[in-house]
Amino acid sequence: MTEITEVPSPFCGIGTDDLTIRVDGVLLKVIENGCAVNTPAFEQPMTDISARVAGQEVSLEVAVAKAAELLKDTKLPLIGGCATDVNGMRGLLALADRSGAVVDNMNFTGARNNFLALQDSGWMNTTLAEVKNRCDLLLVVGTDLEGFAPRFFERYLWNKASMFIEDTSEREVIYLGRAPSGEASTSPKGKKAQVFPCAIEDLAEVVAVLRALIKKQPIRATSVAGIAVADLQLIADKLKAATYGVVTWAAGALAYRQAELTVQTLSEMVKDLNNQNTRCSGLPLAGKEGDQTANQVCGWTTGYPARTRFSRGYPEYDPFLNETKTLLDNDEVDALVWVQAFNVTAVPPVTDLPTIVVGRSGMTFTKEPDVYIPVGTPGIDHAGHAYRMDNVVAIRLKKLRDSGLPSTAQVLNAIEQAL
Amino acid sequence: MLIKLTGGTVYDPACGIDGQLQDIYIKDGRIVAKPTDAVVEKEYDLKGKVVMSGAIDMHTHIGGGKGNIARTLLPEDHRQDPVHRSDITRSGCGHAMPSTFVTGYRYAEMGYTAGFEPALLPINARQAHMEMADIPILDKGGYVMLGSDDYLLRMLTAKKDQKAINDYVAWTMQSAKAIGVKVVNPGGINAFKFNQRKLDLDEQNNHYGVTPRDILQVLATAVKEIGVSHPLHVHGCNLGVPGNVQTTLDTIQGIGGLPMHLTHIQFHSYGTEGDFKFSSGAAQIAEAINRNKNITIDVGQILFGQTVTASGDSMRQHANHKHASPNKWVTMDIECDAGCGVVPFKYKDQNFVNALQWAIGLETFLLVNDPWRIFLTTDHPNGAPFTSYPHLIRLLMDRSFRNDVLSTIHPEAQKMTTLASIEREYTLQEIAIMTRAGAARLIGLKDRGGLSAGNWADITVYTDNADRQTMFEKPDYVFKDGQLVVVDGKVVSTKWGTTHVVRPDFDPSVEKGLKDYFDRYLTMKLGNFKISDDEITEDGRGSITVHPTV
Repeated sequence: MTEITEVPSPFCGIGTDDLTIRVDGVLLKVIENGCAVNTPAFEQPMTDISARVAGQEVSLEVAVAKAAELLKDTKLPLIGGCATDVNGMRGLLALADRSGAVVDNMNFTGARNNFLALQDSGWMNTTLAEVKNRCDLLLVVGTDLEGFAPRFFERYLWNKASMFIEDTSEREVIYLGRAPSGEASTSPKGKKAQVFPCAIEDLAEVVAVLRALIKKQPIRATSVAGIAVADLQLIADKLKAATYGVVTWAAGALAYRQAELTVQTLSEMVKDLNNQNTRCSGLPLAGKEGDQTANQVCGWTTGYPARTRFSRGYPEYDPFLNETKTLLDNDEVDALVWVQAFNVTAVPPVTDLPTIVVGRSGMTFTKEPDVYIPVGTPGIDHAGHAYRMDNVVAIRLKKLRDSGLPSTAQVLNAIEQAL
Repeated sequence: MLIKLTGGTVYDPACGIDGQLQDIYIKDGRIVAKPTDAVVEKEYDLKGKVVMSGAIDMHTHIGGGKGNIARTLLPEDHRQDPVHRSDITRSGCGHAMPSTFVTGYRYAEMGYTAGFEPALLPINARQAHMEMADIPILDKGGYVMLGSDDYLLRMLTAKKDQKAINDYVAWTMQSAKAIGVKVVNPGGINAFKFNQRKLDLDEQNNHYGVTPRDILQVLATAVKEIGVSHPLHVHGCNLGVPGNVQTTLDTIQGIGGLPMHLTHIQFHSYGTEGDFKFSSGAAQIAEAINRNKNITIDVGQILFGQTVTASGDSMRQHANHKHASPNKWVTMDIECDAGCGVVPFKYKDQNFVNALQWAIGLETFLLVNDPWRIFLTTDHPNGAPFTSYPHLIRLLMDRSFRNDVLSTIHPEAQKMTTLASIEREYTLQEIAIMTRAGAARLIGLKDRGGLSAGNWADITVYTDNADRQTMFEKPDYVFKDGQLVVVDGKVVSTKWGTTHVVRPDFDPSVEKGLKDYFDRYLTMKLGNFKISDDEITEDGRGSITVHPTV
């Protein structure tokens, strides 16, 4: 039995790397600094160690050969999930390039809200250490931040030491659109966040009025979606008065049509504030289960984010047409490869297509895939790299145990070689 | 296998060889002396061909977060230049900010065998190395960025001595796996986080009371004292600001004889004369370079067309966003470490400022006398994509071509440049110095950039052609570590290059203060911050080459 300290987590997206984990054979126990997201993800028991073909246990070689056989004569295979580490994504993209596949990260429909805004007008963003040391006002839009990342406040807002904030417990937190699920946003001194709730799909309108107020446009209405314009004026005044305001949102939480326009309005509002003699930055929340990793590696390998097809021999990005659901619903693809090394509950969509699953050990299926190859989890079974929500920082994941499970990269490289 | 390259006309300035007929022998990846008895297994007849070592781009943004932001920002640019896969090459995209694989192929297809990323943010160095690990064929390396990091500024405010700063710089180089040290808008990226929008050489950071001059002094001293070959690599204050020629001259004067490399100096050579209050400072800059032997420069030439600018200089990039074309842009504040700004640009020959920028870069090339102290760059992709180098070489080597292009640019810009009167044409030997021997010497690459026995066999063979663009666009052969990778300007095989680093010594006790700082203020444990060797080598493709300190 050993205890490993300073363990980085690929699960929570905020790059916590202070976990202490006890390793007993292949059993893991989070001893220190766990949370509702990380603890179950690390402690998830390992079950399958053998690959299966048609439900029968086979050797890895046989499973790889069968996967290659299924992919060999396909016209347009789909590689979904895309939840793995940097090396796993490298292998995945090599396989996609070779087989002319579509690549689609499972969280892309949420992330699309950010990409469409970024690719249309850009943004001014910041990273977690800047929040920790500079942020004096945090505006949380449409997102239950502590539900997303339970330790966000403890690590980055209520930190005791800060280079430029004298008393971190005096920082202000404002929720717009969605109320927090708990008390994590209440400062150690008991100062509570201000909350201005509205229906999530009304946020577009609310945010548009907030930006208009920041730009000093006259607003005739006295309330928007149940929020008094006077309250929005208060938020606008606080953002202008802040030394280093931060506006945060989770693109996936803005689950309504054309939410990219809300992200764009927020990002343009941040730019407006920087033209009014103060500093303000955006902070998009993401980084779950390798979504930033998938987009980063696909970005440098193809030029595009991880919703890209290789069917014409070169990468083509389309944030709508290359969506897994659309492709399956329209019978456009003829095989499915599902790659998910982090989360046993993120199973592939049920389909009649030949299905190959390269998944975390412990995954259970309502319909047994043609090929299932259990793989190790990056940061548990093998070393690797994963990106944090703020995209700049790649964390070095540690190997915690000897499980004998292959990595995603090993399996996908083997399938590619067998083609 | 023994390979013989027979009868080529060799330009090897590292050995003083200037256009002499020579045979070259290659064995086990390296150039060897003529063997007395061994059998030549493969011979290439290079009669009439021009032979140089593989070219080295000493300043090119090929790895790191801002480049990937630039890629993500510009899908419409990629769609203009899709790159098909082949049996031996991967698919990708080209033009302004190519994908990693295409970056390697296209550099190699122009005869380049190494590229150095000049802005390795310590906290983003891991990403830069991962991206560069996916660039085939080329050797690579990076200059780690310091000067706006709060740790250094706190040291300066606390009046830590030079020794402490040296230890911190050496530690950072080792942690980030770097071969040089870069400073970008010294202290300015940090000042922008405190809402300062400009920072001149002697202007104080509002919080720290530290000036860019202070930062340059301690960093240039540190780089020299810890024995790093490449002098402090400086992106100065006031990038792009009319009148910044004076800042640049003051920067040269202020460094007091310490070795210093001024990068993309074209962007820092602007006067305020004329009707448009924008003029060329190239003559003054060149005069200062010629006089101060401690200074080296690269040009950062702009060439007309669409590109994207990606810089660590968040302060100046924010100011420049109003020129964004197309109108979308990104800036980031990064981890109490640095920042970045990504702004697409379309340089137009009929725009007065762009046209004069073009002329200023060329004036600088032609007025600096010593080709060992000036380097051919476009600051890829900021002035233009690296794929425009053959065109740039023709502008330097062919006066009539240069003057033909000059006669087509904005007429007021033509009046504001002395370019038409400059007769100089670069020779092949001078091109070889700028793009090979000089670059290797500057960076401290001990066995690259030359063709004498003992060097790695990075070799490019061209067909001599009066049209220098055609000549440099399409080498007959390129060898990388002795392997034939390009024939007639097309990749025929691929391999993986090495990562060049230096490992200057530091007092291990430097980690005491750093550990406390990381625990209190940063978001990562010190142990998780440092990049280990196996992160570069574990996939079996990468390798690390350590160069000695001086």
